Amino acid sequence: MKICVLVKEVPDAAVQKRIDPDTMRLDRSGEKNLNPFDTHAIETALQIKEGGAIPVEEVVAVTMGPDSAVRALHKAVALGADRSVHLSDDALVGSDVCATGYALAKVLEPESPDLVLLGQQSDDGECYTIGAVVADHLKMPSLTQVVKLDVADGKLRCERQAEYGYDTVEVELPAVISVGDAINEPRYPSLKAIMGAKKKPLDAKATADAGIDSGMVGEPGSKTAVLALNPPPAKQAGEIIEDEDTNETVEKIVAWLDERKLL
Amino acid sequence: MAGILVYALHDGEGNFNKNALGAISKAAELGGELGGEAAALVVGDVADDACASLGNYGAAKVYRAKDVPEGLAPPIVDAMAKVIQDEGFGYALFGGGLLGFEIGAGLTARLSAGVTMEVTEVKVSDGKLVAERPILQDSQIADVGYVAEPGIIIGRLNAFDANETGGSAEVVDVDVELSPWSSKAKLIQRGEQRGADVNIEDAEILVGGGRGLGAADGFKLCEELAESMGGAVAATRAVVDAGWYPYAAQIGQTGKTVAPKLYLAAGISGAIQHKVGMQGSESILAINKDPNAPIFEFSDLGVVGDLHKIVPKLTEAIKARRG
Ligand SMILES: Cc1cc2nc3c(=O)[nH]c(=O)nc-3n(C[C@H](O)[C@H](O)[C@H](O)COP(=O)(O)OP(=O)(O)OC[C@H]3O[C@@H](n4cnc5c(N)ncnc54)[C@H](O)[C@@H]3O)c2cc1C
Ligand SMILES: Nc1ncnc2c1ncn2[C@@H]1O[C@H](COP(=O)(O)O)[C@@H](O)[C@H]1O
Repeated sequence: MKICVLVKEVPDAAVQKRIDPDTMRLDRSGEKNLNPFDTHAIETALQIKEGGAIPVEEVVAVTMGPDSAVRALHKAVALGADRSVHLSDDALVGSDVCATGYALAKVLEPESPDLVLLGQQSDDGECYTIGAVVADHLKMPSLTQVVKLDVADGKLRCERQAEYGYDTVEVELPAVISVGDAINEPRYPSLKAIMGAKKKPLDAKATADAGIDSGMVGEPGSKTAVLALNPPPAKQAGEIIEDEDTNETVEKIVAWLDERKLL
Repeated sequence: MAGILVYALHDGEGNFNKNALGAISKAAELGGELGGEAAALVVGDVADDACASLGNYGAAKVYRAKDVPEGLAPPIVDAMAKVIQDEGFGYALFGGGLLGFEIGAGLTARLSAGVTMEVTEVKVSDGKLVAERPILQDSQIADVGYVAEPGIIIGRLNAFDANETGGSAEVVDVDVELSPWSSKAKLIQRGEQRGADVNIEDAEILVGGGRGLGAADGFKLCEELAESMGGAVAATRAVVDAGWYPYAAQIGQTGKTVAPKLYLAAGISGAIQHKVGMQGSESILAINKDPNAPIFEFSDLGVVGDLHKIVPKLTEAIKARRG
């Protein structure tokens, strides 16, 4: 089977994220990284491939993002993806969830994947939704937050936590699955794989190459608009103690609890 | 008339989810301002009485899709899309919860509609709904409007309170044709409880443990501390998924909502999905070795340090103090 993994380039966790007040979009300058949640999706693909329960011909990393996003693809390939696809076009700038999901589905369509894997969330957008949007466009069943996934008889057996406890779900292929971060411990790439990543095939596509209707993406295609940005309601800052001398720290904690009559 | 359709999630035995009831109340309030009505969609063979009782929270009408199974999103996307299109609803509203995210996302694709998620408040502006959506780890709140109808709004857990106003809803059965791919996922088991059945909701003091405990064994530290204060132990999803602690002790979006007098978080980062389940606590004390952990943004006392050093000594000190 063929597995496509959707990956995204996001600002590095150490970068203070901010919204550009002129465009109302995330300021994407500064250090960037492969979305950490997506490394779990890549690891899932590799484990299916290595597990041998079903032959996997190819693992393909797919992203939509600016030129710099090739670095996220290189990281995905260094981790073990066989090749990658990069959708990039000025027309895509400013796409909301509706537009992004449509565009990603259009790039995935010609790949005819048996399984599409995603991370549980993008570290910058925190939308939790792209998987289910892509799935409906591709006319495939989908499930998010999967923390256990087994392949047997050409079907997936998935477990995930929903509102009332753990659900076990059997999903026929082809399917779209978003994995939770508890599903596995992602591996680190070898130095050799990092060096070789740039040599693996990378297919760069513009919207026209993917048959994307440019009226359905970017700002014109987006169905939501940010009207204003406001600070959250002011909350009184809590007190902070740095633990230098633990006995002293504990004394302070006990005094604090005492003051509130919690002991 | 911009009506609002709410998905009324239930447990399969006719008990509606508290967050779904909150969303119905919110829809009724907004519908009043918009000049449209609030309605609910119920899937599965739920009794007339139970469906009609949603009127008590403000639903004027309840659409019931008897043959559509509860518990997985794709078939419910079919049902919601049909009712929205046939009846001309302007908005779909979901209370906090995992299925709401999935169904809302599916509808976004199906109806080519705008979607907002983790919404904490919805208001009316110029006859349209505007969603307040916290972004960048709650450091800013974006007011998001919809370019066209329908608009999809996925609420944050506990964002909307259920209000009982009295009244009974008209129940209308709808036939839904399922998409071919909607029946390709099947629930084998729903709502399995893993681990011991512990009670955390009645505790006045809760010690919450997270991945920072390092291993399942680390929970001993929390248990001893809780015992010294006469409290109970709670957990994050990360450690429950890892099998370190029972599901019944989990706080957050897919766990419990608590509001004890004291919530003491040990080795918990303070992710939004955890925060929504405990931010109503009277006092929050956090111990975390990372000074940038989000939990410090909403704790009353933050202790930056190694919990393995601090917690055992704290337990001793409290025991000594309480004699
Ligand atoms: C749809 C959805 C639903 C979810 N539902 C829930 C839910 O119901 N409940 C829930 O909790 N989460 C939920 N999550 C997961 C949530 O996003 C976080 O992943 C989770 O809460 C993190 O748990 P944690 O704080 O234990 O782990 P981490 O985020 O890994 O944090 C561990 C913390 O421990 C600290 N630490 C490490 N070692 C030490 C030490 N020695 N001393 C002191 N501190 C230390 C670290 O600095 C870190 O801050 C959900 C996520 C999604 C997407
Ligand atoms: N621009 C993108 N390109 C490729 N994959 C994406 C993109 N945006 C989101 N994703 C995928 O969708 C998942 C969920 O993202 P989100 O819905 O934004 O929280 C991520 O973990 C990625 O796997």
